[in-house]
Amino acid sequence: MSEQNLPGRPDEAQVPKVGVDAWVATHAERVHATRLQQWIAQVPRPAFYLAFGIAAALLPAITNDGYVIRVGFDTVLYMLLALGLNIAVGYAGLLDLGYVAFFGIGAYGYAMLSSPKFGIHLDTLFVIPIAIIGTAIVGFLVAIPSRRLLGDYLAIVTLFFLQLFVTVTQNGNKISVLGLTRGYDVTGGPNGIPDLDNWDLAGLKIGSLNGYYYAMLVTFLLCLGAVYLIDQSRTGRAWKSLREDPLAAELMGMPVNRLKILAFAIGAGIGGLAGTLFAGLNGAVFSADFDVPTLIIVYAMLILGGAGSIGGVILGALVVNVSLEVLRTPGHATWIFYVALLAGLLAKLRPWRVLAVVLGGTIAFGYAVHAVATSAWPSGVHGEPSIGGWLGRGLSGWQLEPTQPRNIGNWAFIALVLAVLVLTLLQGWWRRLALIPTLYLASFVWDNRLVVEPSITRLILIGVILIVLMNARPQGLLGSARVEIV
Amino acid sequence: MNWNLFVTELVAGITHGSVYALIALGYSMVYGILKLLNFAHGDVYMVGAYIGYGWITVFGGSFAMHANPVLILVLMFVTAMIGCGLLGMMIERFAYRRLRSAPRIAPLITALGVSFFLENAAQLVLGAQQQQYNPFGWLKGPIALHGWKLPSGVLLSYAHAIIVAGTIVLCVLLTWFVQRTQTGKAMRAVSFDREAAAMMGIDVDRVIVVTFFIGSALAGAAGVFNGIEYSQVFPTMGFQAGLFAFTAAVVGGIGNLPGSVAGGVLIGLAESFSTGYLSSTFQQAIVFAILIAVMLVRPSGLFGRAAVQKV
Repeated sequence: MSEQNLPGRPDEAQVPKVGVDAWVATHAERVHATRLQQWIAQVPRPAFYLAFGIAAALLPAITNDGYVIRVGFDTVLYMLLALGLNIAVGYAGLLDLGYVAFFGIGAYGYAMLSSPKFGIHLDTLFVIPIAIIGTAIVGFLVAIPSRRLLGDYLAIVTLFFLQLFVTVTQNGNKISVLGLTRGYDVTGGPNGIPDLDNWDLAGLKIGSLNGYYYAMLVTFLLCLGAVYLIDQSRTGRAWKSLREDPLAAELMGMPVNRLKILAFAIGAGIGGLAGTLFAGLNGAVFSADFDVPTLIIVYAMLILGGAGSIGGVILGALVVNVSLEVLRTPGHATWIFYVALLAGLLAKLRPWRVLAVVLGGTIAFGYAVHAVATSAWPSGVHGEPSIGGWLGRGLSGWQLEPTQPRNIGNWAFIALVLAVLVLTLLQGWWRRLALIPTLYLASFVWDNRLVVEPSITRLILIGVILIVLMNARPQGLLGSARVEIV
Repeated sequence: MNWNLFVTELVAGITHGSVYALIALGYSMVYGILKLLNFAHGDVYMVGAYIGYGWITVFGGSFAMHANPVLILVLMFVTAMIGCGLLGMMIERFAYRRLRSAPRIAPLITALGVSFFLENAAQLVLGAQQQQYNPFGWLKGPIALHGWKLPSGVLLSYAHAIIVAGTIVLCVLLTWFVQRTQTGKAMRAVSFDREAAAMMGIDVDRVIVVTFFIGSALAGAAGVFNGIEYSQVFPTMGFQAGLFAFTAAVVGGIGNLPGSVAGGVLIGLAESFSTGYLSSTFQQAIVFAILIAVMLVRPSGLFGRAAVQKV
């Protein structure tokens, strides 16, 4: 598209037609798109979902590794969870912080209806609708008190609800009526509910990991189709309009409260459905699986992919879950760390001269520090690098590896946080120069402290993802819509 | 009726209510000015408790203090308040400032991220286990003056007295600051109408920074108070305290400072009586029930005025 064809701003020469903001209406044409992006924009969305479904269905054909299939199952499970959360957060703009409680209710519902706990062994074909409708009703009840109020109140009520759910399930092994009757064991308390039945769909028993993987995938694709259809429907448009401007939506005659509660309840129902699958595969439920960390992880997926975008849900869950999984092995984690660091620098530092200066500077800086430390602080270089192979050998000549990394690693972590904050304040060459010691410090902290404690590191990274994304790219990877909470 | 139990629970409720009140003030101030629910506030309180704990470790650990306890207490307070105030300013500057005109959901999710980051960073640096916080034996002992003693069975310790008195002093100082000083006036103006205040020449950025500093400093003091009463700190302590304190702010009318204090004491009493007379597992359910009831019956809070929303 040449420069002359671009429409001018409406306040320049032409006066926009009444009711049409020409500048906004032609937005898509002005966006500079490559050939590939134009081609992608023309393909109908469902084709992508179908392609994803086929690719995901081939996973068990590619590998027999149970671990990989299990990670695949979890990833699709997270996709389903993020899809449900997307309805409340992305479409209707409601900050639902009790979402994992609905997931938990679905799982506990399945556990109570198909285990020796109460001696009930219902057909899964009955349990699924009960779980979905039951969770949707609970969601409806939770949403009602805050229906007239600001979104902030909904956030705190739902967060409280989640906290309460965890407490109740953790202490639910001695529930008595106001302390008057003897304690009844309802949820198994901290021991959870074990020995769950496998899925049994009217005689079609699902027993293997592959079976659950396919059940998960089919469920997800069905939900994806349903959500896509809702998205295209009158209700979907109504949600988006009330997210963009609730006042205007109300003036157009939309039942704003009913729409919000509907979105909340549908999201909760999908969470409940995900819970039945999770409980079915695990064979046991524990309240710890339905706590705040899970919630934040699902939020990170949704935000990373882009709230309001179905494709973003798939991408976000894939990226976050697979990278969290890779972080579990220190060897892989270190590789991922340096590759990600390099990729980030390649993407952010332009022109290449700057990149060369920063990279070269960091390497030189590292060798200089290492040389000084060898003579001044011998115990600072004799520790073990976190990884073997040539990367580890390279690192041990460059990076400091204290023999007692714990304490100094902690201080270095705090210093790193401060350094990154200072970095955001600097501009131009000062920032590029300050980047050099910061990169070295980051590598030091990673190698000596973070990689040793993967379970905390992944949660810290999730927190960082949320903060950085919201500040730098609130629409996520695929999202474009702006999300307003009311 | 068992009066000893009643008085003990009353004292515990008012004391813990004071801690909630101090946290709730920070929530309320930030909400009043930015309309932002600062989820990270509970974790600022946790950091305050750990700063106090740091001094205990510096002076010889929990059971072998080798310095004047009053001096240590003062040190703990001053540094916890200043440290938390600075932390609050940093959170505002680096996480929230750029999002001030963004859609409402963006700063909320950022606040969640900050809270999660602080909690887990504390777990990494300080360890996940609980730390003992009990340096001063006399603090936990019952109050005794000139031979006069409390009836046995009533638990009213010096710690309780210090916490309540400290809270009252801080509240008086805050009221004086908000009502009498130039900056306090600017704060009220910004909270009333940010744009109009900016047009009147008020430096809104500065006011917001001051608000975060004061609110977070109060949370830091609350952290130390909680430490000397409950004798333990752990990285996730801020979550439930933050939730309860937010409930207190809502109950009192969010944005209303005296209301937040009253709400805090009310929540503290509800928590302590439900623990004493029912069971500690019920306290969350009861506080949640209070929150829902207030929101259904009087959404503007017990002391708040109904908000008229301009469009």
